[in-house]
Amino acid sequence: MIQPAQYLALAAMLFTTGVVGVLTRRNSIIIFMSIELMLNAVNLTLVTFSRMHGNLDGQVLAFFVIIVAAAEVVVGLAIIMSLFRRKASASVDEAKSMKW
Amino acid sequence: MPSAVNLAWLIPLFPLAGAAFLLLLGKRVGRGAGAIATLMMAASFVTGVVAFVQVSHQELGARTFVKPLYEWIASGSFRVAIDLRIDPLSLVMVLVVTGVGALIHLYSVGYMHDDPRYPRYFAYLNLFAFSMLVLVLANNFLLLYAGWELVGLCSYLLIGFWFERRSAASAAKKAFITNRVGDFGFAIGIVLIFVSVGSLDYAKVFTAAGGLGHGTATAIALLLFAGACGKSAQIPLHVWLPDAMEGPTPVSALIHAATMVTAGVYMVARSHALFDASTSARDVVMWIGIATALMAAVIAFVQDDIKRVLAYSTISQLGFMFVGLGVGAYTAGVFHLVTHAFFKALLFLGAGSVMHALGGETDLTKMGGLARKIPWTATVMIAGWLAIIGFPGTSGFFSKDQILEGAYATGHTTIWILLLVATVGTGFYMSRLIFLTFFGTSRLDPEQHPHESPPVMGFPLGILAALALVGGLLGVSAHGGRIQHWLVGPEPIRAVGGNVPPISVGSLPGAPAERFGGLTPAALSVLATAAGLAGLGAAAYMYLGAFDWRRRRERAGFLWRAARNRLYIDSAYEFLFTGVGKLAATALAFVVDTVWIDGVVNNVGRGMALLSAQVRRVQTGFVRTYALGVLAGGVLVVGLLVGRTH
Repeated sequence: MIQPAQYLALAAMLFTTGVVGVLTRRNSIIIFMSIELMLNAVNLTLVTFSRMHGNLDGQVLAFFVIIVAAAEVVVGLAIIMSLFRRKASASVDEAKSMKW
Repeated sequence: MPSAVNLAWLIPLFPLAGAAFLLLLGKRVGRGAGAIATLMMAASFVTGVVAFVQVSHQELGARTFVKPLYEWIASGSFRVAIDLRIDPLSLVMVLVVTGVGALIHLYSVGYMHDDPRYPRYFAYLNLFAFSMLVLVLANNFLLLYAGWELVGLCSYLLIGFWFERRSAASAAKKAFITNRVGDFGFAIGIVLIFVSVGSLDYAKVFTAAGGLGHGTATAIALLLFAGACGKSAQIPLHVWLPDAMEGPTPVSALIHAATMVTAGVYMVARSHALFDASTSARDVVMWIGIATALMAAVIAFVQDDIKRVLAYSTISQLGFMFVGLGVGAYTAGVFHLVTHAFFKALLFLGAGSVMHALGGETDLTKMGGLARKIPWTATVMIAGWLAIIGFPGTSGFFSKDQILEGAYATGHTTIWILLLVATVGTGFYMSRLIFLTFFGTSRLDPEQHPHESPPVMGFPLGILAALALVGGLLGVSAHGGRIQHWLVGPEPIRAVGGNVPPISVGSLPGAPAERFGGLTPAALSVLATAAGLAGLGAAAYMYLGAFDWRRRRERAGFLWRAARNRLYIDSAYEFLFTGVGKLAATALAFVVDTVWIDGVVNNVGRGMALLSAQVRRVQTGFVRTYALGVLAGGVLVVGLLVGRTH
């Protein structure tokens, strides 16, 4: 029998992987994937707690997160597309003109 | 209440309606404006006369009526109503303002005939009459103050009527600002009245006046007198009146000689209860009055501008009135106000007629021998001249006499002697004016052909001349003239809480007159008349005979030059207030403004720029830096939450 703590540990590991990906990679597609990873880690946590506490709120919230993530993917990919068209590169370090 | 008292609101309403109509539709009316304005004044005068007749039929002691019109301000215990007060004093003022005013309106029809702003002139003139009537009919100090400020405004508008002329525009400003100084004191005085009495209503204030402490009463009286000094051109605020002659001459006659400038005299006479409560305040009034009378006479000796001589003469005569008020001879002061309104309006209008004849010339040295050229103007001017120098039988003779008699009878012998000196002065400068204008050899430009004024100007002059000659019958002597009975009655216009020997009908105290061998009123009259005639004689010697005054002038001494330059008072003010003020303003501009205020503002800005130059380095533009920031923030928040629960 798999314990809830194991689910949570997996979620934490996925989340940390996502954070490290966001902070260390330059490729915007990779960063984007890392963000998705973090979101899904959170979803896993929500579902786990839902199961632990025996109510459905967490599962419902997880669906909301999935929906919002889908919308976010649309916007995010559009941004990456236009960035690529402008700079001919998917590196986020190219988009550094918004500064003093 | 007599019916005319009930209709008293018509008195100020007529000129107000005229002013409103002419201001709105004046351009359409055009040349008819003069007739409308004059008719309004005449209607107001007739209403005043009817009210006067009806009130005079009332019992003595029951001649004060208050006609409530409107509750103006009601705030807690502070209540101010717009009431009209119809009593002997206000009726005298109403008759003078509307009567003389109507004549001057009529004269203006001729005098201002060619002016492009003809309707506006009459609108202002009517507005002035309305304001003055509000002033004299008010039943509380606040409404009095409102009228007071309104007449000041009209005075400003009319002095600056020919505002294209720079001198007229600045004279208007000078008048307004100088009056502001006095009004500042007046306003504080009114506040002080409210603080100490709790009401601004005449009846309540005057009843309470006797119970005020001496200090409070003195402060109130002096503050009110400050206002009177401004409006009535007394030292030290007299400087605006001579410059006010920049306005059209009928304005000088109406506002700056006959009515508005006497508002101060009226106000002091009205508030006599407050002045009776403080002998020191009355002494100040008296000394300021006599100093003004003498100073203005000295300046008038040497002025060459016909209107300026008359302006200084007005200041001097107002000084006489204030002496009358200061010694407690209130009826004499008010009587002189009335007669002065007659003869000074006449003299100004006459001067206007001379200017009209000479195409605007005002320089006395360029006149002379005009009596044959413009006989009617000369005749009426001579009537006014006789009245002002106190020629026996004329109006000025009686009224001036009573001021002197009042001063003598109350024991102010020094003042009485100074008044005699001022009377000599009056005789001199007025005779000089008349001789230089109408007699002697003509000094006119040969090109000039003087012409007599049209009847519309000549007629008011005739009426005023008659009044100047016989107006004295109103109050033949201090012991029983009509105007004294009218004003005094059993409710004397004096000594409500009085601590001075009252001057009124038949109650001149005998004791102080013991000095100088106890002169009788008749002897006093003879002396006063002799003083006036002495001045006349001196002027006749200098300006009628073989004496060459023009050559004498070339080696004139310091006194002549000083008087010529208005005793340097205007220059001193210019130095003190304009010069020092400009200096102070410059200092403030460069030290306080540039160094201090600008310095603070600029340095705050500079400091912010320096600080932000450092802080903005946080904005790197790298997305991952921001992501790290978000993560750090999240960790911090979670850490805090976890730390709190454990």
